[in-house]
Amino acid sequence: MLKITCPFCGPRNESEFVHGGPEKPRRPEDPAALSDTDWIDHLTVPDNPMGPVREKWWHLRGCGQWVTITRDTVSHDILDEDGHDRR
Amino acid sequence: MTGGKFRNAAGGRVDRGRPLRFRFNGRAYQGFEGDTLASALLAHGARLTARSFKYHRPRGIVGAGVEEPSCFVELMGAEAAGNQPITTVRLREGLDARSVNCWPSPGFDLLSVNQFVARMLPAGFYYKTFMWPDWHLFEPHIRRAAGLAAAPQSDPRKGRYETRHSHCDVLVVGAGPAGLAAALAAGRSGARVLLADDGPEPGGSLLGRSSTLDGVPALDWVARATAELDSMANVTRLSDAVVWAYREANLLLITERAPAAAHVVQRTWRVRAGRVVIATGAIERSLVFADNDRPGVMLASAAQTYVNRYAVRPGHSAVLFTNNSSAYAAAADLRAGGVEIAAVVDSRETVPEEAKALLPGVEVLEGHVIERARGARSVAGADVRPRAGGLPRTIACDLICMSGGWSPTVHLFSQSRGRLRFDETIAAFVPGEAAQPAVCAGAAAGSFDLSGALADGAEKGLRAAQDLGFEARPLDLPAADSGPGYAIEALWHVPQDSPSAKAFLDIQHDVTVSDIQLAIREGFGAVEHAKRYTTAGMGIDQGKTGNINVIGTIAAQQGLPLQAVGTTTFRSPYVPVDFGALAGAREETVVLPYRHTPVTEWNKRQGAVMYEAGARWRRPGYYPLPDEGFQESVNREALAVRRGVAVYDGSPLGKFEIKGRDAPKLLDLLYTNLFASLKAGNGRYGLMLSDDGLILDDGVTFKLGEHHYLMSTSTAHAEEVYRHMEHLLRVERPDWQVRITPVTSQWANATVCGPRAREVMEALGTDIDLAPEAFPFMALRDGRVADFAARVCRVSFTGELSFEINVKSRHLAALWQRIMAVGEPFGLIPIGSEANHVLRVEKGFLSLGHEVDGTADPYDLGMGWIMSKKKDDYIGKRAVAIRRSREAARRELVGLLTEDPGRLVTEGAPLTPGGRREASEGFVSASVWSVVQNRSVALGLLADGRQRMGERVHVRLKDEVVPAKVVAPCFHDPDGKLLRS
Repeated sequence: MLKITCPFCGPRNESEFVHGGPEKPRRPEDPAALSDTDWIDHLTVPDNPMGPVREKWWHLRGCGQWVTITRDTVSHDILDEDGHDRR
Repeated sequence: MTGGKFRNAAGGRVDRGRPLRFRFNGRAYQGFEGDTLASALLAHGARLTARSFKYHRPRGIVGAGVEEPSCFVELMGAEAAGNQPITTVRLREGLDARSVNCWPSPGFDLLSVNQFVARMLPAGFYYKTFMWPDWHLFEPHIRRAAGLAAAPQSDPRKGRYETRHSHCDVLVVGAGPAGLAAALAAGRSGARVLLADDGPEPGGSLLGRSSTLDGVPALDWVARATAELDSMANVTRLSDAVVWAYREANLLLITERAPAAAHVVQRTWRVRAGRVVIATGAIERSLVFADNDRPGVMLASAAQTYVNRYAVRPGHSAVLFTNNSSAYAAAADLRAGGVEIAAVVDSRETVPEEAKALLPGVEVLEGHVIERARGARSVAGADVRPRAGGLPRTIACDLICMSGGWSPTVHLFSQSRGRLRFDETIAAFVPGEAAQPAVCAGAAAGSFDLSGALADGAEKGLRAAQDLGFEARPLDLPAADSGPGYAIEALWHVPQDSPSAKAFLDIQHDVTVSDIQLAIREGFGAVEHAKRYTTAGMGIDQGKTGNINVIGTIAAQQGLPLQAVGTTTFRSPYVPVDFGALAGAREETVVLPYRHTPVTEWNKRQGAVMYEAGARWRRPGYYPLPDEGFQESVNREALAVRRGVAVYDGSPLGKFEIKGRDAPKLLDLLYTNLFASLKAGNGRYGLMLSDDGLILDDGVTFKLGEHHYLMSTSTAHAEEVYRHMEHLLRVERPDWQVRITPVTSQWANATVCGPRAREVMEALGTDIDLAPEAFPFMALRDGRVADFAARVCRVSFTGELSFEINVKSRHLAALWQRIMAVGEPFGLIPIGSEANHVLRVEKGFLSLGHEVDGTADPYDLGMGWIMSKKKDDYIGKRAVAIRRSREAARRELVGLLTEDPGRLVTEGAPLTPGGRREASEGFVSASVWSVVQNRSVALGLLADGRQRMGERVHVRLKDEVVPAKVVAPCFHDPDGKLLRS
């Protein structure tokens, strides 16, 4: 179980969080501008890297804050516990 | 002789004043407090205590602790548990145990015929033989034949399992010499220390040996150290608590098998530690020679433990077989305990003199090996020959003690993703580079001698505390007696000339040297492949005593160094753990408690039949009158809504307040239809899709004011919709200014519905103008109803005139009573979810989970009108367009009328062409008795359904085919005049 540091609550168990998925390019503002193939790729072909990935976690069973962390998908190490993005 | 004829009159750590009666395989025995089931049985001379997994060969007890590879038992009665190593079962009064994997008993086992057809059961036998036609045909029979214990059939009667979360600065695993020294060093610094040991008393390996410290028994020092630790407020000591998993971020899982609290069966600790000192000791390894699995072949350290700790002689006359020096002290202890040492067989050409000096007068055969054990159901002798080759000679004995050297117990370190390296000098894998703040100490780090282990433990405990900023000082350590130093020459197996010789690498899974050689020949030579192909190391014991020999055999066969072969992955759990200990108190109603509305108690008092109605909400299904059946109740309730007036509790519907400058943009992105044009005080029905074009939810959203909305969602999907919106706002559109507040539980509602609903509202008393022009359908008004502050919405899920009266949750019960009282003259009754289902089917309204099944899009449901053409983008738009441009026939929502009007069909039943046994062309999504049509009506999804109005289709049930006619999916008030009235 990961230990994720919430900027308000401090280090907490992963079970308090909901995985918000990896950071990926913003949903296109105008999907009509994309070809069908590009749009299907956007929806269904996520990056799944081995190694560090930037991802969002939601402290749903805590304060409700969203945090962004860099997690190594091989080792589960969280590489930047204090590098929060408070957007 | 209550303690058994192999029990010494004095010595050991058993309490002869406290005899305990127990049963094993139906026979009654007696042992002492302090015994394990294994030691108590050995005291009675029990030999054949198990049958092997595959060949059903006779087996006995091999180890003395968690390493036991051979004998597993099932506990019966109130403490029922399966597959326990016999060596870890503490004796208690009335214990009732039996061997697993033999029938009817280990002495007379019907499947023992397998050992005579063993040549037909090579490695990979099952994979090769039972491929055709289908493995699953054979699996149940094979599982029974190779079975372990069955799961207990009833709950533990003693109490419950529980989980405790904990934090500490330094977690010390193991209370042997290294662990105690580490805990003392860290504890004296003031750090919060947790010391967990898997045994019932501290001391670790010292409990089984006759070591001294400062000239007195080492256990005296253990007692002093333990007393000091117990006196420290910052130290917690757990005994009978095995640390079985090392997870990410220094989370370790510990299960206390016998917690002090009487009502707790087992307690699992989930501990986050600052630093971990792994002082788990070392495990002695078996030696591999022909028939090395006969009852009476035992690890040397286990025999030593039985004689020292339990005062039990595991045999009369022993031959020791070793490749290292540690067995000499064991032999000396056995001799002191009354076991005759017939000979020591040492595979090394030269044995150090100080080792031999421990056994004056005993024949030491240097450069010799045991080729084969003699005897079938019990060891009767050992065939000994020079290692280099030559004719064997038989030495009579009833006990063979083997020592293949020691492997540091690196399981937890490896689970923490620490690397291992092979150390040639001790011929063992030792901890290398750590991946988490963990360090091995003592024997677990390869320091096998007592003084080295103490010093290493103290040093690592000190450093762990210092790393965390505590001021720790070095310990004054007692001086250990100097025995012969540890020296070993690896011997992975004794080469066999006879092809039929069975020399076991993995005793538990019956894996022999020839199985590994076969695996290599067949291309499964990589260690992880060989493991899976032969199942070596995949048993309950996880190959604690034998895996190193598997690796050594692979290395020897392939001419590789052991480092290059490497180990298989060490996985949790380190020992078998009960499912109950994993779950703790988290059974169903604790993990997902039911949710109740403020009128649940009233409903129960009325005799309502309560259901779960999605998202764990308990709701009334129907309110039966005395002597009334299900259908009569539902018909009565549905008719009340159609002809008169009724009330239902709609509180579980999801409710969200959405506020902020960008709220309209959010709604227009979420819903398929346009919300920007909505006026304050009005609501609009909306359909929400996921980005891949499937329906996520539907519901009504009201505009309360500028930048302020109230969204309602379906009961079951409320949380999913919340996550969807949050994700959208925080991940996709973080710059939008919108705030979402779930208010599902803050507002509760009573919905008054039916043609006379307005009369009931007036009778309740309200300051809201109820006239249809002033308060039209899909409007929202704030005001007072029956003296309660209320927010009334004109929405309708029944197709009739409806007023949804929302009040603060704490007011609902009182409002409900008022409605009942005021409504009585109008014939108002409460209705449940069954009647609601009938009413919505009559109207053809959607229900998530029925018509919206995860494949339907809005066009399929006849709701193309809701897909806005004005908006450039909304979630799901593009995906629906792409899918519809590519697929031909889609399943569309239709109504179905069975040709027999009295016939109801099972919801979910398939529609097949002509009712034949063919691929379905649709299914029945709902089938109810309609009170307005006075017949059964159904909804379904049918391929190209809208083009097939009037056609005959067929519902295929298990034993019959029910013909039905395709009609429009609405059976009541198709123009919606009533709900707008």
